[in-house]
Formats: sequence, structure tokens, C-alpha cells
Amino acid sequence: MTTARIPLLHRYANPAAFGRLAAKVLPWTTALAILLLGLGSYFALFASPPDYQQGESVRIMYVHVPAAIMSEVVYGMMAAAAVAGIIWKHALADLFVKAAAPLGAAFTFVCLVAGSLWGKPMWGAWWVWDARLTSELILFFLYLGYLALVDAFDDPQRGLRAGAILVLVGVVDLPIIKFSVDWWNTLHQPASLMTLSGPKVDPSMLLPLMLMIGGFMAFFVSVVVLRLESELLARRIRAWRTATSEE
Amino acid sequence: MLGMLGLGVATALALTAFRDNLVFFYSPSDVAADHINPGRTFRLGGMVEKDSVKHEGDVTEFRVTDMAKTIGVTYRGQLPDLFREGQGVVTEGTLDPDGKFVAREVLAKHDEKYMPPEVANALKRAGEQQHSTNTLVEKP
Repeated sequence: MTTARIPLLHRYANPAAFGRLAAKVLPWTTALAILLLGLGSYFALFASPPDYQQGESVRIMYVHVPAAIMSEVVYGMMAAAAVAGIIWKHALADLFVKAAAPLGAAFTFVCLVAGSLWGKPMWGAWWVWDARLTSELILFFLYLGYLALVDAFDDPQRGLRAGAILVLVGVVDLPIIKFSVDWWNTLHQPASLMTLSGPKVDPSMLLPLMLMIGGFMAFFVSVVVLRLESELLARRIRAWRTATSEE
Repeated sequence: MLGMLGLGVATALALTAFRDNLVFFYSPSDVAADHINPGRTFRLGGMVEKDSVKHEGDVTEFRVTDMAKTIGVTYRGQLPDLFREGQGVVTEGTLDPDGKFVAREVLAKHDEKYMPPEVANALKRAGEQQHSTNTLVEKP
């Protein structure tokens, strides 16, 4: 068994090994995503109480908060993969950054739109330039910048490298988003979930929120695995085309 | 490596330089300490003081407090749904020469707690009970 001697990080850098792993993982994560999102939506829309201050509008939280969490988690994963790609020349890590970027951008977009729809009835404004909202908007632009940069080179490998560096530069925005509500006066309220004294959300609302967060996560894993597989196929097609044209 | 370090320093410097601009609103204590000139537009934020809201036609008068300092505010226009006594508020406008804040815009700021109305009522009742037992204990 040669696989035992290869570090875990590199074992799945082999496209064939990754393909076998993906085929095993994908049905489970897909089923989990459907189950959690279905159950979560039912609890979020029907089987959870209105808020004592916000009434029924609080249900926007069950989309806004998971999308916001994913916008940061996905970027964090992309940054970690970018490090692996740059230091260990891990081929799959580079491709993961590219595969995850449109998903992260979509989560950020959903977070901003749902937040805006929530802000109007509750705060009285669609948008304000406070530190939380502005830093989240910058995260959206970082995603868009990556997507524009990664395909701007004739050599795909150079595009991946330039994109990875952009992702690493942008990582400074993550703690700014997270702590913006503590460092500065903002219109956005402080953290409700990850606080030192535990969640500030009633259990009856925490359950649908957790289901939705889990559902978003499983959805992301499913789609990113599919996208990685198609990126690998695209690379094989490119290699095959170059090989045949040289003959 | 050096590039990342330089970038970190640049970010830190930029954030420090923008520190004042990153603040979305000033508290009544900030306003008292900073002596903001009358006529300058800024945002004032804090809590709507209990029993301070008076409606007169479409003009609303209330006081914004941060528990240390308090500033009176007048506002003409529609208030957001979450505008309540004892809740957070951010208003944009100017100080008039008498130190009263004339607001052009009022935004509601809510806290990070979410719970159903029944739980909020139960908490309130429990709080009142505790309060009444406390006062009972304190009485000789």
C-alpha cells in the first residue's frame, strides 16, 4: 500500500483518488442538503415563533445569517486552499479556490440582498454605510475581483496563482467583518450566535437557524465537489487537445 | 512574507486613519466631549429614553441617552416600525444653538437578542418579581 506513506493532504491531489472520494461523498451530502434545507425551511417558515420585537420579519434571519456565515467560511476555506496551492503546489487546492469562488460570491450576494430586505422594515433603511455592511460589500467585491482575475490569463495556471494571491490579500477583511460590530459603532447589532456568553437566540429559533446553516454547508460541499470534478475534466480535455494538436 | 507584513501594516494604518469615519454614529457622551459645532451634520445614536416620546402631529420629540448624557431630539416624518422607548436609535441631523438635535432621518437599532413574545413576557414578569422582592428585602 503506497497510499499510507503519502501525507493525507496530498493523497487526494491525485485526480483519480479524488474522483473515487467524490463519488462516495456526493450522494450523502446531496441527501443531507435536501433534508436539512427542507426541514429547516419548514421550521423557519411555519414551526417557529415570531420575534417579540420584530414579529414575522425575523424569518428573514433564517436565510440572511446562514448566507452571511457561508460568505466568510467559504472565503476562509479558499484562503487556506490558496496557501496549500502556493506552498505545496497542491494541484487540487488551486482548483478548489476557483471552484468555490462563484459559490462564495453567491452566498455574499444573498446575504446582502436578504439583509437589505430586512433592514428596510426594521431599521428604516435599505442600506447604510456602517462598518459591518461596508466590509461585507468589500468581501463581495473581493469575490468578483477573484472571478475576473482567474480567467484573465492565457495560461490557466498563472491565473490560478494570481487569484490565490488576491484571495490571501483579501483575507484581512474577514476579521474586520466579524469584529466590526465590536470595534466601531454600527447600525448592525452585535453577534447573536458566537458570543462569549452563548447564543442570544431562543432555542425555538436556534433550531431552524442551525438546520439552515447545516443545509447551506451541505449544499456548498455538494456543489463544490461537482464543480471540482468538472474543472478536472476540463483540464483533461485541455491536455488531450494540446497533445492531439502536437501530433 | 515581507509583502504580507507590509500589507498588514498598511491596513492597520488605514484603519487607524479612518477610525473616526468608521464610526457610524456618536453617542450623547461623544457629543458632549467633542463640542460639535451647531449646523454640522452628524449621526447621534443611543437609546430612546423611557417616557420621553411626545407626538404632536407629524412631529416627534424624544430624548436619546447613553445612560451618562442625554440629548433632546425633534423629528418630523415617519418613524421606523422598531422605534420604541427603551430601544436603540440612530438619527441623522444637526445640533441647533440651544443644544437640541434636529433630526432629518431616524433609524431603529435593535439588539442581538431574538425570542418569542411569550418568553419575553415571562422574562419581564420574572424581572419584575425579582425587582419587587428586592425592594421588599431592602425595606426595613
